[in-house]
Amino acid sequence: MSKKTPLLEVKDVKLHFPIEDGVLFKRKVGAIRAIDGISFTVEQGETLGIVGESGCGKSTTARAIAQLHPVTEGNIYFEGEDLTKMSTRKLLATRKNIQMVFQDPYASLNPRMTVRTIIAEPLNIYVKRGLLEMSQTEIENRVEELMETVGLSRFYKNRYPHEFSGGQRQRIGIARALALNPKIILADEPVSALDVSIQSQILNLLKDLQKEFGLTYVFIAHDLAVIEYISTRVAVMYLGKLVEVADSALLYKNPLHPYTQALLSAAPIPDPQIEKNRQRIILTGDVPSPDTERFGCYFYDRCPKKMDYCKTHIPPMTKMAEGHETACWLHIQHD
Amino acid sequence: MHDTTKKPVLQVKNLQTYFKTDDGIVKAVDGVSFDLYRGQTLGIVGESGCGKSVTNLSLMQLIPSPPGKIVGGEVIFKDKDILKMSDAEMRSIRGNSISMIFQDPMTSLNPFLRISTQMIETIVLHQGLSKAEAKRKSIDMLKLVGIPAPEKRVDDYPHQFSGGMRQRVMIGMALSCNADILIADEPTTALDVTIQAQILELIKDLAQQFETAVIMITHDLGVVAGMCDEVCVMYAGRLVEKADTDPLFHKPLHPYTQGLINSVPRMDRANEGKLFSIEGQPPNLIDLPDCCSFHPRCNKAMDICRKKYPQLTEVEKGRHVACWLYLDKEGAENE
Repeated sequence: MSKKTPLLEVKDVKLHFPIEDGVLFKRKVGAIRAIDGISFTVEQGETLGIVGESGCGKSTTARAIAQLHPVTEGNIYFEGEDLTKMSTRKLLATRKNIQMVFQDPYASLNPRMTVRTIIAEPLNIYVKRGLLEMSQTEIENRVEELMETVGLSRFYKNRYPHEFSGGQRQRIGIARALALNPKIILADEPVSALDVSIQSQILNLLKDLQKEFGLTYVFIAHDLAVIEYISTRVAVMYLGKLVEVADSALLYKNPLHPYTQALLSAAPIPDPQIEKNRQRIILTGDVPSPDTERFGCYFYDRCPKKMDYCKTHIPPMTKMAEGHETACWLHIQHD
Repeated sequence: MHDTTKKPVLQVKNLQTYFKTDDGIVKAVDGVSFDLYRGQTLGIVGESGCGKSVTNLSLMQLIPSPPGKIVGGEVIFKDKDILKMSDAEMRSIRGNSISMIFQDPMTSLNPFLRISTQMIETIVLHQGLSKAEAKRKSIDMLKLVGIPAPEKRVDDYPHQFSGGMRQRVMIGMALSCNADILIADEPTTALDVTIQAQILELIKDLAQQFETAVIMITHDLGVVAGMCDEVCVMYAGRLVEKADTDPLFHKPLHPYTQGLINSVPRMDRANEGKLFSIEGQPPNLIDLPDCCSFHPRCNKAMDICRKKYPQLTEVEKGRHVACWLYLDKEGAENE
């Protein structure tokens, strides 16, 4: 391809967690297929939203990109370089550009550290490893600057996390992620633990920061309305597979995959008039366990439009229109 | 829609529940009143800590005491004040005529006991059936709530069910004694959207079938829009607005309700520009001053809001609001 390389490219990634048995001599008896072959790209400056139900592998995807779990198969390219094959030192230097914001603002901040220590920690680590040159005064100034950026007063820097509310803690988490001037931020359900009025504050903050620093986001959420608000493109995940990737406007106007359709129709809309007149597609059953290898469409068990063909053939991700891809035999030519 | 000429099944009058803490008295619920009619679904919405759960725990007399105490008010059920009942009387109502389902279906079922044991216990206790009859009844209930193969599943343990299934079991248990009132405390918050749609549909169907009155506690305005006939909006332990669902969403009166509705991202319309957000944090419930508790975050705050608490007043038929914008200011100031 002659196109310029995307900022991030995930290619045929599989990530299986082994299920082990035995006490002393562990042997592998199976695998949880958390991610089972996904590919997507993220361009500079865009927000890719990943949406799906619990256990579909969306958080594992973020962790795989940040190399917090080694992938079982496949490659992850950041600016054309393969993260999965890098040496530890090279990885550390590259990962400066990839930062995470976590879901639970209570669990992701060390309760024994002051806000100053928390935000300065990434800076200190990189200074210690000789990958960054900054004096202590510069770090101090940077911490204050970051706190103002995310809307916290600099006078709070000697306080501990428990002195802050959920929304403020999430701001601390965001400041920490911004500390190293990353190019991409992986936000793993950053607003799902927050109340609506606080949620909108954080969403607005994330949008402002993106504009100000030209950030790229991979934004994970299970709330479809949040995803539509923040994303330029959306990837829908089910059972470790992507089922549909499309520009946000296209996906919400014209969902192609039956799972996306069901997901959209199940999400409640805060308007009683619309709610009364909506036709809901109610899926039967639960998400199956990801511990078996599948040879047909992963959504076969719950699909309201399944055909015999789907049971034995895995649908490939196929381009339907400009900026709209889906993996469903309803839309793909087959014999 | 409910018929207001009928007698309500449950009348809550000026309920006050306080908690004593080392820092002072937390007025978790401070003067909440509402009526509930047969077949009606009443929604209680608000952010975390606004007192919606405490209100309902108070109705069931499940407030841990100390530190909690119901210090005032009346709860009239079948011409009797629940708050004045003895423990034995209360036990005969709880789980029988007033049932409750909780947010987390894992922690509300006993993991050591089979589903059958837990269901039979309730039925034998409240309905005086024999064990065999009770088992038959619990199988019927499981069938009713859509558990496949209930004859077999009834002897399973809770961990053998998925989250959605467990919530179904809870609903089956709650309705097994023909409850007059079902209190659902965030019944779908822990569930995925597709499962949430299933459970809400189930509650709706069963409530219609048995004419059960439902109190639906939730923070999700979408759920309220789809489920409820009437809505109470709570803020800092008090009701700020009470109205039928349609008018409430159409023309919210209280600035808090307006803010709440506007700050939810909507996937059915284009989200351009910034999300509306209510600035600041919900107040600390200790030592709340005797004035409008929303005024520090309100964009329409006036002088009087900082001086006096606006009582919940009926401003139109069936519409109650506690805000000085709609109340007689001069009269109050001259008092």
